[in-house]
Parts: sequence; structure tokens; C-alpha cells
Amino acid sequence: MTGTLAAWKWSAATLAALAMTLTAANGEAKSKKKDGASSEAPYPSTYKRYPGAPTALVGATVFDGKGGRIDNGTVLFMDGNIVAVGGADLAIPAEYTRIDGSGKFVTPGVIDIHSHLGVYPSPGVDANADGNEMTSPTTPNVWAEHAVWPQDAGFTRALANGGITSLQVLPGSANLMGGRAVTLKNVPSRTVQGMKFPGAPYSMKMACGENPKRVYGEKGQAPSTRMGNFAVNRQTWLDAKKYADGDRAERDLGKETLAGVLDGKILIQNHCYRADEMALVLDMAKEMGYKVSAFHHAVEAYKIGDLLRENGVCSAIWADWYGFKMEANDGIPENAALLQAQGACVVIHSDDDNGIQRLNQEAAKAQGDGRRIGVVIPDEQVVSWFTLNAAKAMGIDKMTGSLEGGKMADVVLWNGNPLSVYSRPEKVWIDGALMFDALDRKRRPVSDFELGMPGEGDVK
Amino acid sequence: MKRAALFLAAAAAIFAPAASAQDFAITNAKVAIGDGGAPIEGGTVLVRAGKVVAAGAGVAVPAGVTVVDGSGKWVTPGLFSAVTDLGLWDVGAVDASNDTSADGSPFSAALDVSVAINPASQHIAISREGGVTRASVTPLNGKSIFAGQGAVIDLGADPNAVLVPRAFQLVQLGEGGAQLAGGSRVSAYLTLRSALAEARDIAATPAARRTDAMLTRADAQALVAVVEGRQALYVAVDRAADIRQVLSLKGDFPNLKLVIVGATEGWMVAREIAAAGVPVVTVPLTDLPASFEALASTQSNVGRMKAAGVKVALGAFLGGNQPRYAPQQAGNLVALNKLPGATGLSWGDALAAITSVPADISGMAGKAGVLKPGAVGDVVLWDGDPLEVSSAPVTVWIDGVQQPLGNHQSRLKKRYRDLDESTLPKAYDW
Repeated sequence: MTGTLAAWKWSAATLAALAMTLTAANGEAKSKKKDGASSEAPYPSTYKRYPGAPTALVGATVFDGKGGRIDNGTVLFMDGNIVAVGGADLAIPAEYTRIDGSGKFVTPGVIDIHSHLGVYPSPGVDANADGNEMTSPTTPNVWAEHAVWPQDAGFTRALANGGITSLQVLPGSANLMGGRAVTLKNVPSRTVQGMKFPGAPYSMKMACGENPKRVYGEKGQAPSTRMGNFAVNRQTWLDAKKYADGDRAERDLGKETLAGVLDGKILIQNHCYRADEMALVLDMAKEMGYKVSAFHHAVEAYKIGDLLRENGVCSAIWADWYGFKMEANDGIPENAALLQAQGACVVIHSDDDNGIQRLNQEAAKAQGDGRRIGVVIPDEQVVSWFTLNAAKAMGIDKMTGSLEGGKMADVVLWNGNPLSVYSRPEKVWIDGALMFDALDRKRRPVSDFELGMPGEGDVK
Repeated sequence: MKRAALFLAAAAAIFAPAASAQDFAITNAKVAIGDGGAPIEGGTVLVRAGKVVAAGAGVAVPAGVTVVDGSGKWVTPGLFSAVTDLGLWDVGAVDASNDTSADGSPFSAALDVSVAINPASQHIAISREGGVTRASVTPLNGKSIFAGQGAVIDLGADPNAVLVPRAFQLVQLGEGGAQLAGGSRVSAYLTLRSALAEARDIAATPAARRTDAMLTRADAQALVAVVEGRQALYVAVDRAADIRQVLSLKGDFPNLKLVIVGATEGWMVAREIAAAGVPVVTVPLTDLPASFEALASTQSNVGRMKAAGVKVALGAFLGGNQPRYAPQQAGNLVALNKLPGATGLSWGDALAAITSVPADISGMAGKAGVLKPGAVGDVVLWDGDPLEVSSAPVTVWIDGVQQPLGNHQSRLKKRYRDLDESTLPKAYDW
């Protein structure tokens, strides 16, 4: 909302941005014998963790991300990994630097499953708007990582104010199949490869509903209705199955991505608002032989919490957005709590370069709205909504998302309870390296774009 | 037929003439006056005949007044939502339901939103449930830098929303204004100055209007009140240099009553804004270089302007920036006080920035957004710290009338509290 009035238009661009979902795919296409170049993961991650001292966080309240809480806890990490998590009695080897967390809170690094940082960066000018390849209703061939601008200052704000350590950057939702998403470590880098999360699976973004039919209907082509949305999707899947069942000798970028989905190596992240439409997508996935990992922007998920639980699909949602378009008309603030009450998986997402700075607050709002209808969810479970549950739906939960021995030392020290509006990250470690420190102004990343500009290096 | 009758009955209940104001007192609550002061423990708020009589500690409750026990709860004035599009749209992307702007209109400055505000809007009901009781509603720009005239409304559940029609004129400058004016800031400033000059001419000699005038007669006439200072001119700008240009307008048009909307880089020119006595309505958590006029954006913008003496309200609750988010935004400014190098607001000033200050800027100083004797009886009882994200209003009064809570969202949440359809489909659960 930076430009206030100027920025506010119910324009197609705004809606496209809101609608963006994701796509991603595993760089490894199915490695069959004749797979040629596609058997090697191209554009590999070059990320290497930065140095960090062996660190012991002591005296803080620890929310471990998997539903546990330790008062006066101890978190040990060194060489990029969590070593141990325990109570005040946990032995601390001599070489560890102790950080007093009394009165403070520790959580895993915050993870946003739905971001467009880098592909719709700041400044939001057309020249940098690279998130929607709106030239065909299905573009499984495009990859978000080929458009991520590492100098987007939004990454730094997400780190400093939101404690974001990992995020999934998705193509937009103009298309039924938007392309591959990329999972990043929120570490400044000269290249996108330097941010890529090592070992993270790809996802592919799909989108239901209003956006694809509007974008292509206005061009006078399919799809122009929800019927068309499904018809185009189904035919595309059928064609992909034929490719996947063949020898895959001839490279086809789009079909390689779709085959990766059918192989179960590439996850599906599906932008979908309406309950009835999500139910249809679940049947399409069964018909074609793939699985939906998460429905994004699922404002009506609360109407089918049972179905989503049974199918093991997460709902990646805002706390309380609603009303901006017809398919968002039934959004309610109790969505997350009602899903949790049904035993379904909840992920709080942003889809927004401001919202990504406050996923913890959005989760806290949803928690309060649940409490008022009698759904009481403890803080330590709410924290999983923006940590471990996001990691699960992104396929990186074996590596990060919770504070457990052997996992990546992606850690946030908060200056108060993260579910309070009055709290902010004080320190953020990524793979054990201190990447942000509110008490040290030089531990605040400044993007190339901001150098020499008004406000360079300011608190943000 | 029965269903229709019930619907009509429900509609009648919603639109019944305003219930008469009730005399009531909230006791034993944590009372925040809204004037910038700290909340008062064990306080009382007394409202009679729709007006605040007293608020604070040691307030006696007269006999015959309904007493509401506020133990464990907080009380604030109703929130004032400055510069919002409340009541002008139903579903944002459904054009037919959206009256915020008019791309195809031959008119600009003369456009008057007061005729389109829908008191039955779901967003008004939802905002009311969030503690918002009054607002300044703005049009948005169509094809002109002039968006038109905004109105001050209350959010009471009655048919009479508009308190002050044509309360202000909104003009867009900066990058947005430049595009509207043909492609440059140069053109935008000239367009504004020419229009104001035209209004001055038409006011001086109504019969002598030149035929090559830029504005329609209605638009020029609408700007007369602006040049004469009888109607506030809200100017949307963000860049520090644009703010300076706007402040300089008073050199040629000394009667302008300016309000700056946006002011993302306001902290860089805070002393000049303060010296000019021009208030600001801003979006407080903006901290990205989202455009070339917002390069220096920071969440410390409000705190720094306030420290320099600028009167700053949180606002621009447009579209997805829902009016009920105001307390969260204010609370974030309090959070800044714990961060070295950042400038936030005290808790009391943060509440004032969403209550008394926007009311003051909107022409209701001392009359709304504050629990002072004689102010409107807009009172909100909260289940916790109003600026905390876990809190929400319990009861809302507007003009001393307890408001019905409930809307499309609350009906949905009741219906889907469980997913049991063992006897009948959900459609029968209402």
C-alpha cells in the first residue's frame, strides 16, 4: 500500500498479484535411461552457509515448531546445525557462546510458503514484473528462479521484521499452470543460485477459478469459464502422461515438469479459493495420478476441513483477507481455527511483501479469532503454522522448520512472545550464521538497489 | 413466502430507525481516553443521551443508569478510520458493485461520494464489529488528478450514515498524479494550480467564465470551497520533494486547508510539515522502496513525524487494507520502541493516532475519537489490550446506542462451526 491512493486500484494487475500461486518442479526430471541433460539438476544451488560461532541460547521460552514448548529452555547449535534442545539443565560445552534469552522467545526460522519476492520486487515497476508468463494458460515450462531478482529489498525486510529464513517464490496465478516455484534460503546473494535451498524439491504452481478464466477469456481464448479451466488442465495432464509413459527422449520443458509431478518428485501448490472447486481439484488429482501438497489462498477451506484432512492437503491461508473478489467473498477470520479443529493442516502464508514481515502476527490474530468461538489452540501449536507446517507442505521438513537435533540451525530469537504485536525478531540465524541482529546496525542487509538512495541502512 | 417475510423482518431490524440512546456506565475497566494519555486502571465511562459525560477514575454513576461491568476489560473511544473506501464497494473486483472511482465520467472534482455510501455494506458491519465507529470516506481517482469529494460518516446500524457530505476534496499528485495528468509531475502541478485558479475566477465573477476553461462548470464550482478554505484539500503524495511542493501551494492559495495523505517520505521533511501546520494521514508500516517516491520508507515515519510536531493519523484504509487493522498497525508502532534506532509511539499516542487524531483531522476535534465530556457516545469495550492482535471488541456503542454485532462472516462461522450434515445439508443450518 506504499503509494496509498495511487497503489490502490482493483486492477487486473492487483488481482493477478493476489491470485498468484505457485509452480515449482524438481530440477531432476525422471531419470530414465534416455533422459539426457534433464537427469542432471540444472541451475544448481551454490549456497554455502556462512560462518557461525557455536551458540547456546539460554533462559528463553522455546517454541520448537512441532508443538512443543520449553520454559527456561536451552538451544544449542554449531556448524550450521541444531545440536540439542532442552531445559535449563541441558549441559553446555565450554566452547559455546551463551546468549541470555531471559524474557525472550525462541522459534524456528519463519517460513513463507507463498511469496513473490524477487519476481515482483520493489520497486514495483513493469520492468521488474516477472511473475506471470501470461501468454498461455499453461506454462509448466517456466521457472520462477529465472526471474528472481536477488536485489529485491523485500528479502531484507522479511528477514529483519518477519524472521523469515526460508521462503517459496512462486509464479503468479494468471495461468492454470504457472510454472515451477523455487525454495530459497533468505540469505542475500549476488545470484539466485546463491539463495537456492539445497535439496529442496521443486513445486509447480496451479491456479483455479477467476484468474485464469479472466485473463484468457479476455483474450478470447480458452479458458473463459471454470469448465474451460478443468478441460484445459485435464487435456494437459493427459498429454503429459503420454510423455511420461514414453521414453522421454526428446526434451520438453513443460512436460518434464509435469512428468516430475506425476513421478511424485515435484509438489503441487494450488491457488484455489472456493471449497467446491478444491473438491473438484482433488478429484482431478486422483484422475490424473498426482497429489496436491497445499491449497493456497484457500479462504473457504473451513467448509471442507474434513475433506482436506482425509486427503492430507494443507491449507495455506491469510488470517482474514476477504472480499476483494467474488471467490474471496466467504473468507472468515476463523478459517485457520476451524481447520485446526478438524485436524487439518494449517499454514499461514503472505502472498505479500508487507505481510511476509508479520506472519507471526497473522497467526496470532487467527488464534484469537479461534479462541472467541471456543477453539483454543496453544501458542506452541500456532507457531507450527508458520514454521513446520509450511516446511512440510514445501517438502523441506526433514531439514528445517523445527528445533530438533540435526536440523538446520534456522533460528529466531524474539524480544517477546512472537504472538504479540509488541514483539520483533532480535536475532536471526540461518544455518547457524547470524544474518540479522536488531542490536547491531551492521547486521542489517542493504540491497544494491538501496545504496546511495534516501534511507540507505535505516531501520525499516 | 415465509422465507421472504423473515428476510424482510431481518432487513427491517437492521434498518430500524436508530434506537434511542441508552444511558449507561462501564465500570471497573481499563479506560483509555484516546487523547494520547496512558490507560486508567479501574476507570468508569459514563454516557447519557448519546454523549460522553465523564470518563476516568473516580467517576460517580448516577442512579438509574445501566451499569456494564468492565472488569478485566478495556474501554476506548470508537476508532476513526481516516480516508477509507468503506461503503463504496461490495466485492472489489465486481465492477458493478464498486463505486470507488469512475474512469468514464466527464466529471472529477464535483464527484460527491455521499450519494453512494451504502449503510448496509458488509464491510461497514465488519468494521463496526472491529471497533470502528466513524470514518472519512474518499473517492478514488478515475481519469483526473481530482478524485472528488469525500464524506464523514458514522458506522451505526441505521440508514443515516452520512454526517458531513463534501467534507474534503482529494487530489492525487506524485507518480500517480503525473500519470493522470498526462505523464509528468510538471503537468500534474500545473493542472492543479490552473484548476484552483479557475475556481478562484469563477468565485470572483461567476458570469465571466471563459469558454476555454479546463474544468466543467460543476468541477470548477466544487473547487471554490477548496480555494476559499471552507473545504479541506487532501493531497496524496509520498516523495519528500512532492511534499515540499504541496506545502508551497499556500503561497499562491493562502486559504487552502491542506491535509497530506501518504507522506511515505514525510520523516525527511517533518519539520517543514510541522511548521506549516499541515496534518498527515499515512499508512504506518510501509517500509519498502515500492516506488521511486517511496525510497526512504520506514516504519519509523510516524514516530519521527510525531516527534517533530506533526499531527499524524493512521489511515488510507482502502481495499485490502481493512479498517479493522488499525489497532494492529498502531500496536506495531509501539513495538518499535524496543528496537534501537527506531522511533515508535507511546501506547497512548498510538491509540490517539487511530481515534482522536483522525477525528480532529476530519473536523471532529473533541467531538469524536475521544472519551471527553460532550463527545459522541462512541465507546468500545474490548476483551483485552485493544492494540494487541489477540484482542477484539466485545460491545460497541455509537452515539450511545449499543450496536448489533453480526454480519455475513459471523453467520458463516456459526454455520461451519461443525461439518455435521447427518440430518440435513448445511443450507438448512441458519
